[in-house]
Order: sequence, then C-alpha cells, then structure tokens
Amino acid sequence: MAEAVAVKAGVSRFDLPQVLKEAALAAFVAFLLALPLAGLHLTAGDQGAMVVETRWSWVAIGVVAVFVGRLLLAVLRAVRPATRLSSGVAERGRQRFAAYLPYAAVAALIAAVALPFLPFSDRYIVDLGTTVLIYIMLAWGLNIVVGLAGLLDLGYVAFYAVGAYTYALLGTTYGWSFWVCLPVAGTMAAFFGILLGYPVLRLRGDYLAIVTLGFGEIIRIILLNWVAFTGGPNGISSIPRPSFFGLPFTRRPDEGEVPFHEFFGIDYSGEHRVIFLYYLILILALITNLFVLRIRKLPIGRAWEALREDEIACRALGLNPTNIKLSAFALGAMFGGFAGSFFATRQGFISPESFVFIESAIILAIVVLGGMGSQTGVVLAGIALIVLPEIAREFAEFRMLVFGGAMVLIMTWRPRGLLSHREPTVRLAPRGKGAG
Amino acid sequence: MTDALLDVEHLTMRFGGLVAIDDLSFSARDREITAIIGPNGAGKTTVFNCLTGFYKPTVGRLTLKGHDGERHLLERLDGFRIARAGVARTFQNIRLFPQMSVLENLMVAQHNMLMRASAFSIAGLLGLARYRDAENEALGLAEEWLRRINLVESADRAAGTLPYGDQRRLEVARAMCTKPVLLCLDEPAAGLNTRESAELNDLLLDIRESQGIGILLIEHDMSVVMRVSDHIVVLDYGEKIADGEPEAVRNDPSVIRAYLGEEEDSTLPPEVADDMQSDAGARG
Ligand SMILES: Nc1ncnc2c1ncn2[C@@H]1O[C@H](COP(=O)(O)OP(=O)(O)OP(=O)(O)O)[C@@H](O)[C@H]1O
Ligand SMILES: [Mg+2]
Repeated sequence: MAEAVAVKAGVSRFDLPQVLKEAALAAFVAFLLALPLAGLHLTAGDQGAMVVETRWSWVAIGVVAVFVGRLLLAVLRAVRPATRLSSGVAERGRQRFAAYLPYAAVAALIAAVALPFLPFSDRYIVDLGTTVLIYIMLAWGLNIVVGLAGLLDLGYVAFYAVGAYTYALLGTTYGWSFWVCLPVAGTMAAFFGILLGYPVLRLRGDYLAIVTLGFGEIIRIILLNWVAFTGGPNGISSIPRPSFFGLPFTRRPDEGEVPFHEFFGIDYSGEHRVIFLYYLILILALITNLFVLRIRKLPIGRAWEALREDEIACRALGLNPTNIKLSAFALGAMFGGFAGSFFATRQGFISPESFVFIESAIILAIVVLGGMGSQTGVVLAGIALIVLPEIAREFAEFRMLVFGGAMVLIMTWRPRGLLSHREPTVRLAPRGKGAG
Repeated sequence: MTDALLDVEHLTMRFGGLVAIDDLSFSARDREITAIIGPNGAGKTTVFNCLTGFYKPTVGRLTLKGHDGERHLLERLDGFRIARAGVARTFQNIRLFPQMSVLENLMVAQHNMLMRASAFSIAGLLGLARYRDAENEALGLAEEWLRRINLVESADRAAGTLPYGDQRRLEVARAMCTKPVLLCLDEPAAGLNTRESAELNDLLLDIRESQGIGILLIEHDMSVVMRVSDHIVVLDYGEKIADGEPEAVRNDPSVIRAYLGEEEDSTLPPEVADDMQSDAGARG
C-alpha cells in the first residue's frame, strides 16, 4: 500500500528517464513530419525545371524545439499539481471574473458600434471588422449545435453555402431584394439542416463528425459540378448589393432611384457601403447572439444541453431526442444561412472555393477555443483567430502551423476553452432562498 | 388483476442465446413499494430496461394504468413516450446532467409541460405571460422537491459536483418532477453510507405516503427491502422464484437456496446471511 502511494507520488513529481523518453519520442515524430514538410523545398531551377532543395537546418531547429518544448511541458506539469489542489479558489476566481463579463460585453459592444468612426479606422479595418463579425455570427450559430447540443458538426460551412447560393440565385434570376431573400435563405439552410439531421440521428462523436464532414463536401461538390444551376467553378457574379431601405449605394443610380448619398445630401463615397455592410452584419450577429442567449434559457435550450450531457437520461425523462436534435441542427443551420446570404451580398461574387472544409474547421475552432457554449468566449476566439493571422501576414506560409500550435497551447492551458465558466440558465427566486 | 397499476405478463428477454428474463409475470399496485430482488445478473435491471423502453421485449405484455386510468401497452411505445405515459426511472449508475445546475436538472424533467406552454419556444421567445406562469409553476415544483431532498442551498451548483448521496436523491427527485404514476428505482442505496441510506429510505416512504404512486425498487440491501417494501418479487437467472409479502418471501426455501447456494456457503453480505439464516433457523 505504502509502496503504491510512493510510486504514484514519484510519477507525478518528476521521473527523468521517463520524461526524456517521452521528449525523444515527440522529437522523433517531429522529425518524421519535418523531413518532408520543412526539409524539402521545391524551387524553380536555372532552366525553369523544378529543383529540390534540402534545408536540414530547418529540420534540426524543429526537432530541437519539439524536444525542448516537451521537456519544459513535463517540468511545468511537475510543478503545477500544488496549485491545482486549490481548485475551489480557482472556481471562485473564475466566478469573480464572470461577474465582470457583462461590463466587458457592453464595452465591446460600444467599441464595435464606434469602430467605423474611430480616428485610426479606414476602409481596411472596417472590412476586417466585417469579416470578423461574419465568423463570430457563424460561430454563434454553430454554438447551438456543438456547444449546447454537443453534436460535433464538421460540415457547418455547407449551410453557409446554401444561404449564399440561395440569395445569389434568387437575386440574380428573379431580382429579389436582399431583405426578401434573407428569411428565404435562412429557411433553406434550416431545411438542409434537417436533411443532414435525419440520417445522423443515431450517431455521436467521431461518427457524427465524419458524416457531417462528408455532408459539407457533398454540398460543395454539387455546387462545383452542377454547372447549369450554380455556374460551377465560375460561381455566380454580379449579385445584387443591399440597399439602405431602398436607397442604393451607387454613384449613378438607375432610372427613378435616389441613391443614398443624394438622399442625405452628402458626397458620394465608396466607404458608405462598406460601413453600411459593417453595421448590417453587426446587427445580424447581435440578433443571433440575443436569440441564442434567450433560447438557452427556454425549455428547448435546456433540452439541448441535457442531450449533450446524457441522452439516455433525457429519454427516461420523456424528452424526444429526435426533435431536440433536429431543432438544434435546423436553428444552427438557419443562422449559417443568414450569414451566407450576407456574405453573398457583400462579395457580389461567390464560388464553391469560398466554402471549403477549412472554413468549417475555423468556425469550429472559434467555438471550441472560446469555450463550448460560451457566447463571449466566441467573440474573443473569433477576434484571435481572424485578426491575428491578418496581422501576421508575412507568416502566411506558416499560418496553419501557427494556428495548430495556438490550438495545442490553449487546449493544454485551458482544456475547456478560454471562457469555460457556465452560468445556470435559471435560479430560484431570492425569496425561496431566504426561506430555505 | 385489473386494479393493478402495472401488469407484467409473460415477459421474456433474450440476448442471442442468453435468456436474461424467462416468462416473468407480476403486478405492481399504486401506493405500494414493490421490491425486485435477486442475485447479481438475475435480470433485474433488464426488467427495468424493458419497462422503460430501452429494450424491446422478445415476448410479453406490459400494461400500465396511466394518469387518468387509460391503459398503455408499454412494449409498443418508444422510451420517451413511456416516460410521458407516467413511468419514471433512475439508473444503477447515476445519470444526472452533471454540468447543469441542480435546479436545471429538475427543470429538464418538466420539459414537456414547459414546451407546450412555450408553444414550441415562440411564446417563450416573446416572453408571453402564459409561458412565464408555466415556468413559475415548474420552479415551484422543483423548489418543493429541493426542499424534500434538502438541497435548496445547492440549487445553483453543478449537479456533478454534489456528494454521492445527494446525487442519488437528486436523481429520485428529478424522476418525481416528471409527475409519474410509477417510479422505478434501480439500486438507489448502492454505495451510500448508513446516514445517506437512512435519508433515502425516508424519502421513499415519504413519496409513497404523499404522492400516492407505485414504486418499483431494485435493492440488494435486505434490511432496507424488508423494512420498506409491501410486496417482493424474487428473480434468479431470469426466472421468478418467489412473489409475495416480505414475511412469506423471507421464509421461502427456494429464495434461501438462491441466495445461499446449495451448500449454504455464505459469500453474502453478513447482514443478509444473518437475516436469512436466523429465519431459516426459526423455521426449522
Ligand atoms: N444489452 C445486453 N446484451 C447482452 N446481455 C445483456 C444485456 N443486458 C443485460 N444482459 C445480460 O442479462 C443478464 C441480466 O443482467 P441484469 O443487468 O439485468 O442483471 P441485474 O439483476 O441487474 O444484476 P446486478 O445486481 O448486477 O445489477 C446478465 O447476464 C447480463 O449479462
Ligand atoms: Mg442491475
């Protein structure tokens, strides 16, 4: 008995040979990966022929970095258990932090509203802000499926595509306005959500992830190959731009139309539309957020979370898992569809290339990184994952490496995401507490 | 037979070649605790899984007299419809919603009522009075049960962080919040210490007195079974070997044989063995 305790303590403290062995193993894996990825470099030679260049120093740097990193991690682990013990303190700290969250949210909202008029902002920043908000909105939508209902969906971009193509096709073929198409696009996407939901009702976890991944690819490949309907790889261009309550953002309007700048008696500027689009997505994203915050406190929202926690218990309590799953898929997809039609009207041009798997991966990463189910965490993670790569443009080549590295770091440091504190959706009235 | 709450007739459950339940018939009444006992692997949990729709019985008919006297044939219903018909259960290994708060666990149990009141979320999203009233009613019921199980103070804690005994009682309360006519408890006292076990007994007796429902209880602890149950069904290798009042069952020779084995080797918990042996001695 005493021996077992001693062994246990020894392992958790520091076992040098063991740690060295682990670090060597990690370094070996890094070597295998780095050999083709970093060690071999293709360049154009003298006569334009391809020449393979070797970069052994890169491989060496990578392997040493992994070895040292793994060692450091082991040392950190050995030092940390002492602080882990006081998890009660940590929980209280998290709660105190959570108490400030509403103020932070209000501050962020004010900053978001003021962004286009801040002295340093230009067209580029507002555009970037718009992109970030699209991803935040998508992540808030996906949060319903992944964060609340616990259904791992790797094909979310399919609904984004359905929304975008719905608007693009209706807008270019029938000339329907953005505002009419928006609900149609949402409904279409929700319909596709149910279409995906039905066959995967019995699947969970890894299996569900694989099927949804396939679903996302199927939609993309259909868009790519059904040339007569979707334009195939050429995509759809000259998608109608949104108007400000019927006032278009053009310098020279069509017959009988009054453009935005004339109506307000200001000079024409290309930035008006950019700013308008920014506010449009801000409002759409906020609506998504309010909707999710509200529905989380309704029976259906609690049922989603209960389903994530234990499906068998749900069934024993009379909850119909089919309806609950389908509603999560449908509502999550609906917001993807809204965001998609916004994307189409903003770009004016869409093609299947905008809806590849990596988009799904980024949206999912935002949800997971933010802390599953945390709406505020999504904002932080969205800014981090979209803005940082933008700032680090010169590392574009290594973007995915940095991305993966950041994910690994955050998942070791905060396995449950940046903001993992969960507030109950309902509390007893204070009167009840005093009496009890 | 017609006044029984639950009628189990010729229930048989086979898994491949294994016969987990073999032609089992019994009935349970409301306002009574019916205990199902038997050695490990006798098929007790399987009976519950058939009753609550997790398994489709190979053969058999399960009739429940529901809320307003209507009859439900449970073997034809999906699990969640059986729960709606009025059968609630707990699990041998606790199945709470661990990250949700204690109160939320009790609110999820009232999902169907709340869902109807919220008109599939529309009235809820709009914050209409009809939904708010329903939510207050649900909160009232939840609070009442929190008070009964002494967990009002922990209402906002994540259910998974509660002590084991509290989790057991919370699972019972959650089942009760579905307003069942029949409550099925699978070894609710397993792993509890003496004090927790006593609290649980009080809770069960309280439910039988105040709620007027039927309870099916799987339990290994003979002292509990003999004290609280009105009627005992004994299973061994999927077959019913005895059925009756506690006094009769405890003196039944086939029960004693099932529990003690032919040569009376006592691998049983001491208190069970004592119980059985003293009775056998008294008889002989
Ligand atoms: N899904 C299943 N598939 C195959 N065999 C099963 C299945 N469920 C139960 N069994 C078998 O049925 C028999 C009865 O199991 P059951 O769990 O009902 O016993 P029990 O009386 O609840 O025992 P315990 O006291 O250990 O809980 C066992 O032999 C078990 O292995
Ligand atoms: Mg069992």
